[in-house]
Amino acid sequence: MITLINIELQKIFKKWRTYIGFIAVFVMTTIVQIALYLTQDDFIRSTTRALNDSFFLQGNFFNGYVVAYLILNAMFIHIPFLIVLVGGDLFAGEATAGTYRMVLTRPISKFNFVTSKFLAGFIYTFIFILFIVLISLLGSVLFFGTGELVSLKNKIIIFASNDVLWRLIGAYIYAILSMMTVMALSIFFSSMVSNAIGPIVSTMAVIIVFIILSAIPIEVLQNLRPYFFTSHLSQWNEFFNDPIDYNEIKNSAIILFAHIIALYGLTTFIFLKKDILS
Amino acid sequence: MEKEKIIEVKGLSKKYKSIIAVDNLDLNVYRGDVFGFLGPNGAGKSTTIRMLLSLIKPNSGSIKIFGLPLEKNRIEILKKVGAIVEKPDFYLYLNAYKNLEILGKLSGVDTSKKKIMEMLELVGLEKRAYSKVKTFSHGMKQRLGLVQALLHDPELIILDEPTTGLDPQGMKEIRELIVYLSKEKNKTIFLSSHILREVELIATRMIIINKGKAQVEGTVDELLNAEILSVTFEVDEIEKAIDLINNSQWKSILKNTIKNELLFEMKKNEISELNKFFVQNEINVNAVIPVRSLEDYFLKITEGTGK
Repeated sequence: MITLINIELQKIFKKWRTYIGFIAVFVMTTIVQIALYLTQDDFIRSTTRALNDSFFLQGNFFNGYVVAYLILNAMFIHIPFLIVLVGGDLFAGEATAGTYRMVLTRPISKFNFVTSKFLAGFIYTFIFILFIVLISLLGSVLFFGTGELVSLKNKIIIFASNDVLWRLIGAYIYAILSMMTVMALSIFFSSMVSNAIGPIVSTMAVIIVFIILSAIPIEVLQNLRPYFFTSHLSQWNEFFNDPIDYNEIKNSAIILFAHIIALYGLTTFIFLKKDILS
Repeated sequence: MEKEKIIEVKGLSKKYKSIIAVDNLDLNVYRGDVFGFLGPNGAGKSTTIRMLLSLIKPNSGSIKIFGLPLEKNRIEILKKVGAIVEKPDFYLYLNAYKNLEILGKLSGVDTSKKKIMEMLELVGLEKRAYSKVKTFSHGMKQRLGLVQALLHDPELIILDEPTTGLDPQGMKEIRELIVYLSKEKNKTIFLSSHILREVELIATRMIIINKGKAQVEGTVDELLNAEILSVTFEVDEIEKAIDLINNSQWKSILKNTIKNELLFEMKKNEISELNKFFVQNEINVNAVIPVRSLEDYFLKITEGTGK
C-alpha cells in the first residue's frame, strides 16, 4: 500500500496542474499582504470606526493573525476549486491517458488501487492546506508580527494575542477535514468518467447547488440544511467564537467524516464492478 | 502426455447492451505456444484480451490461466503475465525510465537503474530513457510497451497487435523478438493480430474469430498447408480451355471463369498436373496464382463479406 501511495503522490506532483493551486494561493496571499502593508492605517481606521465611537481601543489591531484570518475567510470559498483540479483528475486522468490498462494488468488489488488514490488525494489536501498555513499565517506573522484579533461575527469578540494562534491552528485542522470531503467528492465523480473536466465541474456544481439551497428561506430547505455537507464546510469559524461550541464542531466533523467514508465506499464499490474500456 | 494448458477459456461471452462482442468462445493455449489470435477489426479480440487480463468481466463462461480460475486468483496470475492491451499508453508527463520504474514497482520486481536500462537497451531506447514519453513516436511507444510487458519476466506474454504503426523494419524486429522469447526464453505468447501473414510467420497454433465467434482453430501447419487451395490459371485461349476442361477429369474442380482466368479448387500436388495437361493440349498458361482457402476466407471476413 505504501508503494501505491508513493506512486500516486509521484504522479500528482509530477503534473503541472497540481501547482496551479500553490501558485494561485501564493500570488493571492502575497497581493493581499502587500496591499494591507501599504494601506494598513486606512484598514485599521475603517474596521475599527464603529468601535471607536463606543470603546477605547488599545493594542495592536493590525497584525499577522488578523491578516491570516482575513485571508482564510477570503480564500475559503475558492479553495475547493483548487482542490478539485487535482481530485477530478485522479481517476479520470488514468482513463484519458489509457494508463488503467498498464496499471490494472499489474498484480495489485483494485481495492488497494482505489484506496491509494483516496489517501494520496488526502495527503495532497493536507500539504496544500499546510502551504496555505505557511504562506498566510507564518508569512503574515513574519511581516506584521502578532497581536489581538477582533472577530466581528454576531458579536464583537476580541481575542488576546496569546489566545489566537491555537484557534487559527484549530481552524486550519478543521479546514483540512472540509477540503478532504471536497476531495472525496471529486474523486468519486472522477472514478465514473474518462475526462477530468466532468468531475471538476460536477463537484463545484454540487457545492454551489447545496449552498444556494441552504440559503433559500423555505422551511423544508432550512430543515434539510443540517444534512447538507456544505453547511458543515465552514464550521472552522466556530473556533473564533467565545465560548466555542465544541459539540457543534464535533457533530459537523462527524457528518463530514461520514460523507468521506460513504464516498470512498461508493467509489470502491463502483470501481470494483467497472469494466475498464478506456 | 498432453501439454500443460496455460490459458483455458470455455464458453466465454461478453455483451455490451445489445451488441455481442464475444460469443461463447472456447480456446486453449499450451505452454510454449506462440498462439495467433486472428480476426478482423471489431471481431472481439481486444474484448477477449481484456477479459483474460481481468480488465472487464465476462457475462458468462470461465477463464483459467496457469490452471487457476482468473476471478479468484487475479493477483497470483497477473504476477506471471505481461501484456500490451491495444496501443501502449504511458504517463506522458513522465520519462520512459520513470514509467518503467513505476510499473516495475507495481509488479514488485527489481527496479534498479541497471535492470531498467538493460530492458531499454533490449529495444534500443536506452538513449531516450530520460525523455518524456510525450516526445516519443508511436513506434517508440510500441517498443516501450513491449519492455513494460517483459519487465517482470512473465511466463505468459499477451500482445495485442504489437506491430501496429511500426515500419517494416520495426515489425521485423518485433517478430524476431517474439520468436526469441518463445524459443530462447520458453515464454508462452498470445499474439493478437488482424494480419494473417504476421501470425503465419511466427505462430505455432492459431484461432480465427469473427463477430465474437471462433471460426477455425488448430496448428498453423494444419490450417495453412494441408488444405485445399483456390488456384487461378491464366490462359491465352479461354474458350478452348473451357471446352477442354469440361471434357476432362478436371471438370469437377473448376469453380469459376472470369475473362481469361479459370478458378479451380484443388490440392497442392494437383497444380503441376493440371499445368501439364494445358501445355500438352497446346494451351499457353501465362500465370498460376494459388490462393489458400484460409487466406481467401480471411480476406473475405476482413473485407466484411464473410458470413
